Amino acid sequence: MHEMSLAGSILRVVEAAAEREHFVRVTLLRIEAGALAGVEAGALRFALEVMAQDTCLQGARIDIDTPPAAAWCMQCCTSVAMLARGDPCEHCGNAQLQPTSGTELRVVDMMVDDI
Amino acid sequence: MCAVCGCANTAPASAGHEHDHPHPHEHAHPHKHKHEHQHEHQHEHQQVHAHHADHVAVDADSGDMHYGAGPARVSVPGISQARAIRLEQNVLAENNRHASCNRHSFAERGMLALNLVSSPGSGKTTLLCATIAALRSRANELPVAVIEGDQQTSFDADRIRATGAAAIQINTGKGCHLDAQMVGAALPRLYPGAIADAGGVLFIENVGNLVCPALWDLGEAAKVVILSVTEGEDKPLKYPDMFGAARLMVLNKTDLLPHLQFDVARCIAYARRINPHIEVLQLSATSGAGMDAWLDWIMAAHGGVPQASADGNAHSILRAPDPLAARIAALEAELAALKRQGGAA
Repeated sequence: MHEMSLAGSILRVVEAAAEREHFVRVTLLRIEAGALAGVEAGALRFALEVMAQDTCLQGARIDIDTPPAAAWCMQCCTSVAMLARGDPCEHCGNAQLQPTSGTELRVVDMMVDDI
Repeated sequence: MCAVCGCANTAPASAGHEHDHPHPHEHAHPHKHKHEHQHEHQHEHQQVHAHHADHVAVDADSGDMHYGAGPARVSVPGISQARAIRLEQNVLAENNRHASCNRHSFAERGMLALNLVSSPGSGKTTLLCATIAALRSRANELPVAVIEGDQQTSFDADRIRATGAAAIQINTGKGCHLDAQMVGAALPRLYPGAIADAGGVLFIENVGNLVCPALWDLGEAAKVVILSVTEGEDKPLKYPDMFGAARLMVLNKTDLLPHLQFDVARCIAYARRINPHIEVLQLSATSGAGMDAWLDWIMAAHGGVPQASADGNAHSILRAPDPLAARIAALEAELAALKRQGGAA
């Protein structure tokens, strides 16, 4: 159930921005949850919709982008695609891959209404 | 003074509280874009650069219109009331700030903090009780304390306190993992007195869960994953995030091996496939087998106390070489050598 904790964190980010920027409502929230971020996008969306009740986030459209995982193979020194942690390099079979993308979990941007 | 926890860390705003461990901080992009975006930096001191607003506030009684009420105190015709705000903020940034504070507290006090993770029932608490007793006979002067995490009850903290060590129970309620704020709040309760010379070892026994705690940095020096031989040797492949994040895997309940179909070598191979540099120890908390090596590991990690083993060298094994940095260095050396050869020819 940690998607709930993450949704709570996201809501706090949004509410802190609301305090600073003085908007009243979010109409679109864009989130990035990479394939290696350890987050299930569907569960996160559900959790956000629950948490959004009676907040400035209520009714907002939520876009969750899931950038694919990519890694750098330390043996053949090339960038390779990766499905999940633990996958071996598709060229040389080595499992020592350094993730270069897909680990992000962040609030990218949002559209807000001031009135 | 740190705005998060009041600690004395006065690291520059752009660096945050970085100490020995890198954190996945997201830093806002450079100031290259146009005026219609607001952006926010993930620094200790919030700096908001307001470039525009077209906020009109209307007085309900008189109908008067006030264009100066928005953040920039001005109206720019033609730009709508809706606007975009760019944040690029890591969702776990707040947890990571607390974790940095904790890390700083531990370093200040010369404490080794270990985050023990596992499924429920792997034997973490029994191992901790046995470890506390063994540490007391090997290094009596080393202070040992425990933070216990469970959804409910204080059973585990009670068991630890019965051994004579200090313990604080954190009940997470519906929560499935400990987070850095919880650990930070427990520290002054665990060490109410002169914290400055607390030193010693702090074991954080996380909620029994092989999934969620992997995501939440508590400020620990290392995660230790405890896997009991009754759980099945394929666990590392099933839970790659956790085994990937751990520095050490402890295979517990080895006294039961004669009664099981558990393939130790295969389990270790699976763990190394997920995490090539993971260290492995095998022990039984109940029979005592392998406990000496476990204590050696803890003492070496703590750094201040010499190991009991034959080589007699005390070194901090937690400062393991970064494999990526080593590989990059090797490649750079190769490239330099090739360039020299090319130039000489």
